[in-house]
Amino acid sequence: MDAYDIVVIGGGVVGVSIARELSRYKLRIALLEKEEELAFGVSKANSGIIHPGTQNPPHSLKGGLCVLGNRLTKKVCKMLGVEFKEVGELIVAFSEQEIERLISLKKEAEMLGVPRLEIVNSEWLRANEPNLSKDAVAALFAPTAGVVSPYRLVYALSENAVQNGVEIHTQTLVQDIVPLAAHGSNGKGRFEISTSKGIFKTEYLVNAAGLFADEIAKMAGIDDFKIRPRKGQEFLLDKKREHLTNHVIFPLPSKTSKGILIIKTSDGNPMIGPTAQDIDDKNDLSTSEDGLKEVFASAQKMIPSINRNDIIAYFAGLRPTAGDDFIIRHEEKVPGFVNVAGIQSPGLSSAAAIAIFVSELLKKNGLSMERKLIFHRSEPKHTHLFTLPLKRIKKLIKGDASYGDIVCRCEMVSAKEVRDAIKRGARTLDGIKFRTRAQAGRCHGSFCTTRLMKILGEETKKAATAITKRGPGSEIVKQDRNDTR
Amino acid sequence: MTRKIRCIDCPKGCSLSVDIENGKVVGVNGNECPKGEKHAIAEVENPVRVLTSAVLSHGLALKMIPVRTDGPVPKTAQKKAMEEIKRIRINQPVRVGTVIAGNFLGLGINLIATRDCEA
Amino acid sequence: MIHDRDLVIVGAGPAGMAAAIAAHESGVKDILLLERDQYLGGILNQCIHTGFGIEYFKEILTGPEYADRFINQIRKIPEIEVSLKSFVVHLTKDKILTFIKPGIIEEVRAKAIIMATGCREKTREMIHIGGTRPAGIFSAGLAQKLINIEGLLPGKKVIVVGSGDIGLIMARRFVLEGAQVEAVVEIQSQTQGLLRNVVQCIEDFDIPIYFKHKISRIYGKDRVEKVGIVRVDDDFNEISGSGTEIECDTVLISAGLIPENELIEMAGVEIDKKRNTPASDELNKTSIPGLFVCGNSFKVYDIVDSVSRDSAKAGRLAAEYLKALK
Repeated sequence: MDAYDIVVIGGGVVGVSIARELSRYKLRIALLEKEEELAFGVSKANSGIIHPGTQNPPHSLKGGLCVLGNRLTKKVCKMLGVEFKEVGELIVAFSEQEIERLISLKKEAEMLGVPRLEIVNSEWLRANEPNLSKDAVAALFAPTAGVVSPYRLVYALSENAVQNGVEIHTQTLVQDIVPLAAHGSNGKGRFEISTSKGIFKTEYLVNAAGLFADEIAKMAGIDDFKIRPRKGQEFLLDKKREHLTNHVIFPLPSKTSKGILIIKTSDGNPMIGPTAQDIDDKNDLSTSEDGLKEVFASAQKMIPSINRNDIIAYFAGLRPTAGDDFIIRHEEKVPGFVNVAGIQSPGLSSAAAIAIFVSELLKKNGLSMERKLIFHRSEPKHTHLFTLPLKRIKKLIKGDASYGDIVCRCEMVSAKEVRDAIKRGARTLDGIKFRTRAQAGRCHGSFCTTRLMKILGEETKKAATAITKRGPGSEIVKQDRNDTR
Repeated sequence: MTRKIRCIDCPKGCSLSVDIENGKVVGVNGNECPKGEKHAIAEVENPVRVLTSAVLSHGLALKMIPVRTDGPVPKTAQKKAMEEIKRIRINQPVRVGTVIAGNFLGLGINLIATRDCEA
Repeated sequence: MIHDRDLVIVGAGPAGMAAAIAAHESGVKDILLLERDQYLGGILNQCIHTGFGIEYFKEILTGPEYADRFINQIRKIPEIEVSLKSFVVHLTKDKILTFIKPGIIEEVRAKAIIMATGCREKTREMIHIGGTRPAGIFSAGLAQKLINIEGLLPGKKVIVVGSGDIGLIMARRFVLEGAQVEAVVEIQSQTQGLLRNVVQCIEDFDIPIYFKHKISRIYGKDRVEKVGIVRVDDDFNEISGSGTEIECDTVLISAGLIPENELIEMAGVEIDKKRNTPASDELNKTSIPGLFVCGNSFKVYDIVDSVSRDSAKAGRLAAEYLKALK
């Protein structure tokens, strides 16, 4: 039985950010994730926007963390070699009354400390956002908004965390938590965590379990909040429409959501969405024709030239809501237990700030935190062929021939990149897709799936029948001729 | 007994109405040419198909080598033929037309490779 | 360093091979034939069923046999240089083309280019099927490759969406491999495939075809578990109350093909957005002189014999163009 200083439950962007932040200190840390790979829960469906901090109530926890998180994420991305495109956002008004609301949004955001906000007029919009509807009269411009690839951020953070000593346990489902508070904090082991991969003992426990944070909290004896999934359906457009907009475009927000956006993505494909629908089933990731109609109609109102034929992919994600704000607190009733729950939008933007917030919370509650002499900062930047100029590609191919072996033709991904992704931890076809974009283009893997299965099989010594889309139960094929004798 | 059969000898695709007694065709209606009658008799009295599939190789450049029968196989023998095809392993290079199994299933036809495969 | 070439042909499937042979016959002596796969023949290699060559060779051949006839001809022509595993990444309006292959990146300035890049299949997303996104959803062509090339059976209980020829042929292929095909679902009121395929692939095996139906939803968390199917009216709208569900572990999408013309679009060729083909009044020609497109990337053909016939014409057009330059 292993004993840790800290166990973090949940391998999404929040859990991984916390584990990495804590790895600066002389602590023994484990992160537990129930899925086969990290970022396979809430994080994988994130739209990738690093919000500047607009559209949050002035005194909210999430508002403050978002503004700080925006700044920190930029730094973290730079340090880890994750692309951060500071594209800026526009919240668009279509009438004089809506301009009034822009002004009050601007005031609220400035109270939170969002920098360099500006109300821009229709001439500015024509010049800087030519595809925007001619009906737009003004917009709130927040230049600090950016976009990242949410999963590539998670993977870079986790690799850095592992470099600094964090143990990551995937396919490790937490089944029960026994607080042993009676034993006092003498030595390691205030909590005993039973999982599908055995028992973990730890002094401090951080619950970053996303959609399942309420269930984890309940196991530890905290039963005062409930996670409601709020479904968002997103629709991805062909990369040919990369320059559809120059900024992330928002309508004015409603009570429950920021509305249907036109999103620039790190990979170039514009995205439209998300819907916002409160549901009960934490596994319901279905999309619907109604969702498409709703998103498409709203998107077209802002960008009239959007065409249904441009849609190449769609998916749904679930925001783990617990009321209006984040719940981040040390539970006095269960000393050593920290809940990080209800991290809905702007969760990705806030994650870096949440990590520091949690680290301070732990310190305040008795965790002894001594900095390591060396915190490994740099990670080699992972190459994505499709983003490079030809000259660079030439150099890479000279250095390693397999950069010239193209596997995914739609997104131009080489065998070398796929093998690298597997070496860095990809274990499934989705894991390869998230890291490299192979299968994420217009043919949806029709051409490259067989090749990817072969490479994954070779690298992980798995039979073709054991290759999965996203973990056990999602095997791609049912039978190998070799096995039918 | 009357059976509806569609003639597939040409793209016209005549709908044939075929009268059958004791497994034999006694009358064909609806055909626009004599091919229809021949087709109906063949389909009722001894329906056959050319079978295509792929067989496993061992240690060759291709994992699967595509094959076909070089003559028609009775429809009733297709299942047995597939079972046999799944049993075959090829470990020598083949050319298009190489006989994989001579007198396949004793039917007087051969199973042949339809693609070159090197070692 | 840029290499100069008279004619570069991109794609060595039936179209590219026919174009190369015809261009050579018409006097072109410097031809570079680029193929991204490690074999010549393109998609024909996985089309192991018969039905090819009836017009062109007056024989009934399988796909690999049909390809073999052209491969043998190409091998005998020293003026056609074949480059395999070669992937074109860039094309300009001045016909400068960049391709990469393992260990090599090369720029070529061509006097003439013939693009024979074929098609991709419509995806589940393009026909807007709602529901979840589990494993078990395949394009018919991917399933064909898995079974015929890789020897892997994608599923045991299959629904085929669309009654085009690839879908029908794959339905039979699944049955012969020991799987159960639960249904073919076709949104139109009649089949989209050839009659002989309807008879020999579907009726032979008593597979039900649902006309004027569509898949309304895919269910399943990790693997496909079932689909909802529903009747549609003449405008393809769902008829409420007509839905039923069918258990299955695999959904095969055979809903049509889209010509692959992203490279010529990059070069600035005028594109017919609806069909994703070059906007053109004349067979194989594009808005850029000396840049030709043939085969399924010019328009989607029903049978390969017509591809070979029309692509040979592209080879001759390129030869004429090159002669006129001199």
